[in-house]
Amino acid sequence: MSGADSLTIDGLSIAYGDGPTAVSDICLRVRRGEIVGVIGESGSGKSSVALAALGLLPDSARIDSQQMLINGVEVSDFSETQWAAVRGVEASMVFQEPMSALNPCMRIGAQIEEVLHIHGLADKRTAKARALEMLRLVQMPDPERRLRYYPHQLSGGQRQRVVIAIAMAANPSLLVADEPTTALDVTVQAEILDLIRSLRSETNMGVLFISHDLGVIGQLCDRVYVMYRGRVVESGTTSEVLGSPRHPYTQALLESIPRPSVTVRAPLAVIPADNRFADSPIYLEEAS
Amino acid sequence: MSDVLLNVRGVTQQFGHGARLFNALNDVDLAVHRGETVGLVGESGCGKSTLARAILLMRKPTSGAIEFDGEDVTGLRGSALRRHRRRVQMVFQDPNDSLDPRYSVGRSIAEPLAAAGIGGEERRRRVREAIDQVGLPQDSATRYSHELSGGQRQRVAIARAMAVRPEFVVLDEPTSALDVSVQAQVLNLLVDIQRDTGVTYLFISHNLSVVHHLAHRVVVMQAGKVVEEGTGEQIMTAPEHPYTRTLINSMPQLYRT
Repeated sequence: MSGADSLTIDGLSIAYGDGPTAVSDICLRVRRGEIVGVIGESGSGKSSVALAALGLLPDSARIDSQQMLINGVEVSDFSETQWAAVRGVEASMVFQEPMSALNPCMRIGAQIEEVLHIHGLADKRTAKARALEMLRLVQMPDPERRLRYYPHQLSGGQRQRVVIAIAMAANPSLLVADEPTTALDVTVQAEILDLIRSLRSETNMGVLFISHDLGVIGQLCDRVYVMYRGRVVESGTTSEVLGSPRHPYTQALLESIPRPSVTVRAPLAVIPADNRFADSPIYLEEAS
Repeated sequence: MSDVLLNVRGVTQQFGHGARLFNALNDVDLAVHRGETVGLVGESGCGKSTLARAILLMRKPTSGAIEFDGEDVTGLRGSALRRHRRRVQMVFQDPNDSLDPRYSVGRSIAEPLAAAGIGGEERRRRVREAIDQVGLPQDSATRYSHELSGGQRQRVAIARAMAVRPEFVVLDEPTSALDVSVQAQVLNLLVDIQRDTGVTYLFISHNLSVVHHLAHRVVVMQAGKVVEEGTGEQIMTAPEHPYTRTLINSMPQLYRT
């Protein structure tokens, strides 16, 4: 395993069609074995960044970046064919809704094997063994039997475990997870967050974790980037950013959440709809 | 606040037959006092939405009774049921599902008023009032839901529920589909409306922090049963039932301590 960073993004800007810039001048880095959070509200551009990291933006997107490296390889100018060799191998993605990420008519064992077949990484027998190994890795109960299950026979949390198993099958250096626990119950969410944490330690991959949930980000991530209207407005270690936020937007976001320290039924802070935080100074702390 | 507005008594709801018989609600008791907010917390499949449907008389329970304002309303039909429906309203999680995209905001809000037999100038006045009450500009009445943001749509759904001046509103995950900053606006709005009108809320949510913030009392459900009940403070700081403790321990903490 090489020592290069899992992901380096430098000066990424994205616009859709003739529209205004959706994301502007993002610099972001995910080291090996690091879980990095991107937090933001709807329309902040966080999902665009996630999609860009896997070359998944639609054709209408105009992308401009100075540098984008996955595991040390420059991918900015990759063609679709080149991306196809990266996705699922060097970098994988986990989405919010596991049911739409899985093939409903295919046994889950075969879906894990498929990744290895497509990329020519294993023969039939090795792939079968690897599928079982992956289900064990994602702590699926009774993995031998579950290999033959279809997605509808699994619970929501188990389905997300399968999606993670597929993403991890080729041992990628980067996992991008876009709201992977948002559709799950809190107790199941806690299990999946534990799983991501333990996979990170076992495999030393870097994780880019996209979420709107400050609590989830706070619990899981080593470092965090806060996005607002297409820009990173603050970044740093999770305890710095969430514990003593310096940017007014981050402060307002934290104060808008109901939490035990707020008087019950007292008004919560409201983030105004105008653009005021975009005009305020942006303290971008590039983490060392 | 000893005036019980809603009293759910021993409600059981069964689905399926024979070996596949399943109790979605198992002998549930729940009393909600006039003017208070009761938070109902639980995970998918615990029966919280089934209970909401029973309370709204959308499905007759297998056994048990729903009492409203001292009267057994479980078997109400016809005009008596229609009269009851003015007093009890509902706000759903996703305003995109509860608002008709072909209706203007004004028409969406007017619809339940028409169903309650309110017409003419009175109806128009109530629509204007409801729009004011939820903090939308009056010119929103001519807009369509696709022209609005998610938070504005949820305000319309709340205006629609409030227009008939209900005494009791069931709020089923009303902020779960919203951004946190928009959630804050909607929660503030719900508190304001309750202060101004004295309406009673049953607030259903999977989010304990939100429930704790809004509710005077919290009820925890698991597998069709009420497992614990108390003030938000009691539930959060001294949970007694192991399931409540699991829920609290699963809540993401803002930053690791």
